[in-house]
Amino acid sequence: MSVDEKTVRRIAHLARIAVTDDEVGPLQGELNAILAFVEQLGAVDVSGIEPMTSVTPMAMKKREDIVTEGGRAADVVANAPETEDNYFLVPKVVE
Amino acid sequence: MNAPVDPKKLIKGGLHDWEVIVGMEIHAQVSSQAKLFSGASTEFGAEPNDHVSLVDAAMPGMLPVINAECIAQAVRTGLGLKAQINLRSVFDRKNYFYPDLPQGYQISQYKDPIVGEGEVLVDMADGSSITVGIERLHLEQDAGKSLHDQDPTRSFVDLNRSGVALMEIVSRPDLRSSEEAKAYVTKLRTILRYLGTCDGDMEKGSLRADVNVSVRRPGEPLGTRCEIKNVNSIRFIGQAIETEARRQIAILEDGGTIDQETRLFDPTKGETRSMRSKEEAHDYRYFPDPDLLPLEFDQAFVDSLAEGLPELPDAKKARFVADYGLSPYDAGVLVAERASADYYEAVAKGRDGKAAANWVINELFGRLNKEGLSIEASPVSAAQLGAIIDLIGEGVISGKIAKDLFEIVWTEGGDPRTLVESRGMKQVTDTGAIEKAVDAIIAANPDKVAQAKEKPTLLGWFVGQTMKATGGKANPAAVNTLLKAKLGIE
Repeated sequence: MSVDEKTVRRIAHLARIAVTDDEVGPLQGELNAILAFVEQLGAVDVSGIEPMTSVTPMAMKKREDIVTEGGRAADVVANAPETEDNYFLVPKVVE
Repeated sequence: MNAPVDPKKLIKGGLHDWEVIVGMEIHAQVSSQAKLFSGASTEFGAEPNDHVSLVDAAMPGMLPVINAECIAQAVRTGLGLKAQINLRSVFDRKNYFYPDLPQGYQISQYKDPIVGEGEVLVDMADGSSITVGIERLHLEQDAGKSLHDQDPTRSFVDLNRSGVALMEIVSRPDLRSSEEAKAYVTKLRTILRYLGTCDGDMEKGSLRADVNVSVRRPGEPLGTRCEIKNVNSIRFIGQAIETEARRQIAILEDGGTIDQETRLFDPTKGETRSMRSKEEAHDYRYFPDPDLLPLEFDQAFVDSLAEGLPELPDAKKARFVADYGLSPYDAGVLVAERASADYYEAVAKGRDGKAAANWVINELFGRLNKEGLSIEASPVSAAQLGAIIDLIGEGVISGKIAKDLFEIVWTEGGDPRTLVESRGMKQVTDTGAIEKAVDAIIAANPDKVAQAKEKPTLLGWFVGQTMKATGGKANPAAVNTLLKAKLGIE
């Protein structure tokens, strides 16, 4: 498996990462190197083996249905470049 | 899927008849105190970003921990939909970019949902019923809310809803008309409200529908579908389907083809329009969420939840028909809301079930609708209505007086029995008193008496006069008998 230039641009756009024309070529090379590395795993026969989801056999931790957080709107928006009345402000996005 | 086509459901185009095929994805907000993966409140209407934890805001290093009650609610809902419960399910990341989704992905379930196939029985207004297949139900996070009308160049983002648990309930494309689609959502909403797993409040966005619509000529393979996103009222669901079906038919009859796409219904313009921006986002790049282990529980957990389920609308309806002798239609009306059914049962207990149903449906519901009140806010309690029905049964008041009494109890309150005494509303069953009134009317109207021999329908006029003379309190049966005897009508 390998990616072409078009795919590189598409992935970058989906992730909202700005990629210049100069960067596309090198990125394509890097991604393909990673994919080739991962592809080596394909040599292992895993037929009949259930995919492993965790290295430790344990059940998922659960929480009680109790409100324990909130009430810190000012902290939540503290890092935002722009805010008003504890709303995040972003460039207008309208359908 | 290829059941016989009912010609009545077809839509007439310019050239052909068309069958509309509808499937739905309903997003139902899980009733819980806290969010699906954080301890922030789910309460509606808070100040902006007040119900937000650092998990919901996607601060670095925060980890999701699942809310046990949300799991239980999804399982209860699955049981209510007679569905397969999966003892092992997996959470995946659905990746897309939007300002009200701070993580850049929604935690959802893709290949292995918590609930599999089930079904919903839907009663139609004409007395028929259809079975709608449920494909799956999965748990996922809601996104935040964007306000676009606050500023000319900025959108305002509030994450209070971000991370609230939703159940996405996916139906099979088993619906064949807008009526069926509306009835399906109505029934699903009823089931959710009975279960207490979603409040079904569409105005607050607790229940929203994505509607998949395609058309075909009867007998042909399925056509290309369009998905109408985020329709938020049952009435709009119906309108959106009609509008979209006609749009597709017009294109096809002009020799065109339908593009599979996401569309938005605009209720004010009465049209659907393409949401091109969503097209690219369809590449969601799902993968299992590495922050979450698979969700596993045992059958004993499912069984204990099943034991705690309330009686569901279908079972309640069947019981009302069997135990109270109600028509399926009346039983259906009464069970549509759990509170209505409870009210009815309180009235019907120890009384005639049909009489109780008539009073609850015709008088009470009629009056509540007129005033825009819910059954919970009814000024007339079940005990008061029961007392009114008892007074009719005992012959103390006539049905007509009972309606006046109902009106008094509605506006002024009070014990019906005491009111009947204090306002002198008791029915006159004393034949002597009624006879006196009848005699007076007969004596005063010799011409009408003569006519009545030829025209027995004049009896009605005499009944009316007698009731008027007795202030409406005469027992109607006694009046009828007396008048017939005296006028020689049989």
